[in-house]
Amino acid sequence: MFESLSQRLSATVNRLRGRGRLTEENIREALREVRIALLEADVALPVVQALIQRVKVRAVGQDVMKSLSPGQALVKVVSDELTAVMGTANSELNLAVTPPAVVLMAGLQGAGKTTTVAKLARLLTERKKKKVMVVSCDVYRPAAIEQLRTLAEQVGVKFFPSEAGQDPVQIARDAIAAARREVVDVLLVDTAGRLHVDEAMMAEIKALHAAITPVETLFVVDSMTGQDAATTAKAFADALPLTGVVLTKTDGDARGGAALSVRYITGRPIKFLGAGEKTDALEPFHPDRLAQRILGMGDVLSLVEEVERKVDQEKAQKLAQKVMKGKRFDLEDMRDQLEQMNNMGGLAGLMDKLPGVSGLPDSVKSKVNDGEIKRMVAIIGSMTPRERRHPDLLNGSRRARVARGSGTQPADVNRLLKQYMQMEKMMSKLSKGGGKGLLRQMSGALKGMGGMGGMPPMR
Amino acid sequence: MLNFWKKKPAETPPAAAPAAPAADPSPEAAAPPVPAEVPAAASAAEPVEAAPARRGWRERLAGSALGRGLGSLFQRNPRLDDDLLDELETTLITADVGVEASTALVENLRQRMHKREFADAAGLRNALREALVALLKPVQQPLDPSGHKPFVVLTVGINGVGKTTTIGKLARRWRDEGRNVLLAAGDTFRAAAVEQLKTWGERNAVPVISQGQDADAASVIFDALQAARSRGADVLVADTAGRLHTQGGLMDELGKIARVLKKLDPAAPHEVLMVIDGTTGQNAVNQLRQFRQIVGVTGLVVTKLDGTAKGGVVFALAREFGLPIRFVGLGETATDLRAFDAVAFVDGLLPAADHD
Repeated sequence: MFESLSQRLSATVNRLRGRGRLTEENIREALREVRIALLEADVALPVVQALIQRVKVRAVGQDVMKSLSPGQALVKVVSDELTAVMGTANSELNLAVTPPAVVLMAGLQGAGKTTTVAKLARLLTERKKKKVMVVSCDVYRPAAIEQLRTLAEQVGVKFFPSEAGQDPVQIARDAIAAARREVVDVLLVDTAGRLHVDEAMMAEIKALHAAITPVETLFVVDSMTGQDAATTAKAFADALPLTGVVLTKTDGDARGGAALSVRYITGRPIKFLGAGEKTDALEPFHPDRLAQRILGMGDVLSLVEEVERKVDQEKAQKLAQKVMKGKRFDLEDMRDQLEQMNNMGGLAGLMDKLPGVSGLPDSVKSKVNDGEIKRMVAIIGSMTPRERRHPDLLNGSRRARVARGSGTQPADVNRLLKQYMQMEKMMSKLSKGGGKGLLRQMSGALKGMGGMGGMPPMR
Repeated sequence: MLNFWKKKPAETPPAAAPAAPAADPSPEAAAPPVPAEVPAAASAAEPVEAAPARRGWRERLAGSALGRGLGSLFQRNPRLDDDLLDELETTLITADVGVEASTALVENLRQRMHKREFADAAGLRNALREALVALLKPVQQPLDPSGHKPFVVLTVGINGVGKTTTIGKLARRWRDEGRNVLLAAGDTFRAAAVEQLKTWGERNAVPVISQGQDADAASVIFDALQAARSRGADVLVADTAGRLHTQGGLMDELGKIARVLKKLDPAAPHEVLMVIDGTTGQNAVNQLRQFRQIVGVTGLVVTKLDGTAKGGVVFALAREFGLPIRFVGLGETATDLRAFDAVAFVDGLLPAADHD
């Protein structure tokens, strides 16, 4: 379901990721794109606005501008906020009451309430080993009760019979009594689909809720719902103390914005996803996994977090100041950078977390060799402190000595020096450009080193 | 119609009634336009079946998000500036009109505004009305089942959009027009769908051809067409199981139904009616695209417009596919199916004058 939203967002996100420097202007531009992506995914406008507002506050504030890589930091902010909306852990049904635990379903016409009752009955019977009874209080739609009866037979749970002429509240009361008699663990109460603007029907379900005091009141909503999801969810949440949401028809290609809207408006967790025609197609919902899927960024988030955590801010700061003052970037500095890279699990560790890398052929992956970094550190270690500060001193015989000392070939030393020169050149440019963007571009340089050691470029 | 609004933008709505299309085959059109003036019609609700479609539409749509949003937007009689346009764009998006369609509409207004085409906000409002009507006018094509006998209507759509209910309403409508209607219970998958259609058949005294649960849908509908021929039925309306447009196997089954029908009548089905839930967001575009590709959808029904969702996605659909919108569903009773009327639709969303 959520793929196309994620494609849209990750396109935006990718553009940001590569940026060394973020201005308020391009943050605004990026947020505009995020906004359109969310709207096209049918996330309700009030929810989009709230989300964007929160991201904006954090983005133009401290969090993003001052971080090592603002593009990625902005991505992280968007994802944080999305995750915050979706909630974190999966919430199960709370059935820890004196049996029978009554579960009431509510929703619009055609949302999939009856089908969900059947799927839920099966899930509770098979996975939770519960004794389940179902009852339909839908006395309006032709053959609705018949539908539930048939489904109950299919999934092999008890069915409490009701008839179209009866009062829904009375049906539910009788069903509870029967459930008690038959020592049933869970009673699932199906209701008629109703419009939130239909006052009589909303009064009916309120009365029903008051009469049976369900332990769970689930709001069933079609994942393809548009902007109206917010209005509907709000009306139902106002009328009933909802405890959870079931999102249906997620096997379609809707972008799933309704999930965000309903979660945000009701404040209730999405507990299940309906994802297919068969009665076993009901999945517990894991919001944390979803937010990442929506952004389509693999584990980049934890990567960003890791970089933030492990990079020695002090050293980075020192280096920045040094270069800013126009002093030379020397081999000591280069070694610091290499060591920091090793701290983060080396190239192989970093690569695992990048999206798209899993698609690379093994022959390419195997060339990423952390030994290369170690060797480079060893080469620098074999130089005298004076040589490290003044690499120009390294003439042919010194290079030969360093190669012998580090157990490498002179060619390796030459290659290292060449890479150093490139970095040095970049750094001196920076110091002329001066100022704010420095730290960020430093990390760009760090990334540039990914291309070292005969490794093919990754982009 | 369009000229009418251009000339008298401040006209009150009752004047619009005489301008209603005379060819409208709906029973409502036969009613005198006078009841439109009855102010308490809203409280009378369902029983007043004779009320003109126009009136019912406006009442039901006026409370909609789009109607409310646009109404209040212009009530403040705001300045004619870019902020107004931005707000307008937002409001259109909120009504599910879609980002692309909304942007296109608003950009057009923006250009015209900068050319000083509008004297005030009311002028802008009428221009927007015109643009909205112009989008929907071409797709306002009523369904006339007189061309063939039996006229075969195949209803398709995703799960839970209201196919069976729509068929029940259609049966009632055509029966009331004196046609001999036959229904085919082609939804053999969903539990009790056959029962549901039979109940509708009983209510409206319309025969239903069925084979029961899990029968082959194509065979049921094939049988029904044979029955319709031998009984001399005017219209055959076939139900099908709801299916998500992403489920290839089930979509192929629809193709099979259409092929099998062609064995009896090469022109059948004469109408493939796709039912779309009015609360659906932009996904309706994908749905229609898929269904059209597989079974060649020829007309649309938009249901559940009696809530707060007002099916703004209709504009996106009209823009992209231009398929006729035949009917709209405005409630649960058998007579709550109305012929689609572009002006009434836009009227309900954005009234022409300041009478509100």
